[in-house]
Amino acid sequence: MELKTKIAAEEGKQELTITRVFDLSVELLFRAYAEPEIVEQWMGTKVVKLDNKKHGGYIFETTDPKGNKHVFSGAIHDFTPGKSIIRTFEMENTTFDAQLEFLEFEELTNETSQLTIKIVYKSLAMRDQMLQLPFAQGINMAHNTLQEVVSKLK
Amino acid sequence: MNLRRDVFQAIADPTRRAILVLVASQSMTAGAIAANFDTARPTVSKHLQILTECELLQQEQNGREIYYHLNPYKMKEIADFIEPFRQMWDDRFNKLETIMKAYKPKK
Repeated sequence: MELKTKIAAEEGKQELTITRVFDLSVELLFRAYAEPEIVEQWMGTKVVKLDNKKHGGYIFETTDPKGNKHVFSGAIHDFTPGKSIIRTFEMENTTFDAQLEFLEFEELTNETSQLTIKIVYKSLAMRDQMLQLPFAQGINMAHNTLQEVVSKLK
Repeated sequence: MNLRRDVFQAIADPTRRAILVLVASQSMTAGAIAANFDTARPTVSKHLQILTECELLQQEQNGREIYYHLNPYKMKEIADFIEPFRQMWDDRFNKLETIMKAYKPKK
């Protein structure tokens, strides 16, 4: 099946655009970003702090299979319910620099919506590095989460 | 790793990307490719040289003419680069969608 998520990484630009159409109303889609309990479920992370407002911020904490904690955090620059979130994202204690993220939530129909995330990196090299390195990890983490969920079913 | 970076540098240029799109459907000579651009012929030749060096294009001698065609294996390498990232987000978003479809708003 074709992936519903599209990634546009234009060469020569230190940015990236992720787009995805959901079979969800824009209200439900936005809620998945706004409510900490829901963020925890789909991001597979612990939400330590989620202060969704202008001048707010967030801290997520993920524990890898070896028991190491990884902290992801950022400042929330702007928060417009049902419409947009502007925030930074940083993987703490890594050599990766913070990135700026523009999330836009659009209503397509009553029951479909589109999310567009534009990410701006410090440099082109940083973008390509981010694309390559942590995402192999990310996939592993996703698979581990899957494994946990499945093992609980037994 | 270095080779890979070269590929990405090669597609960093909009003219070079346009060339790849052109030859995707059929093999073309340098002249035929250049005819599609306002840029000077030597500039197009330079682009072709870069694309050939990093193996995105392959040359084929046909009589007196050299035809350029796309190297699908190299093109796939570019797609593969982004694919894990895309897969990760797609997995996450699928999960989001499943969770929210089952979601009952708090009264």
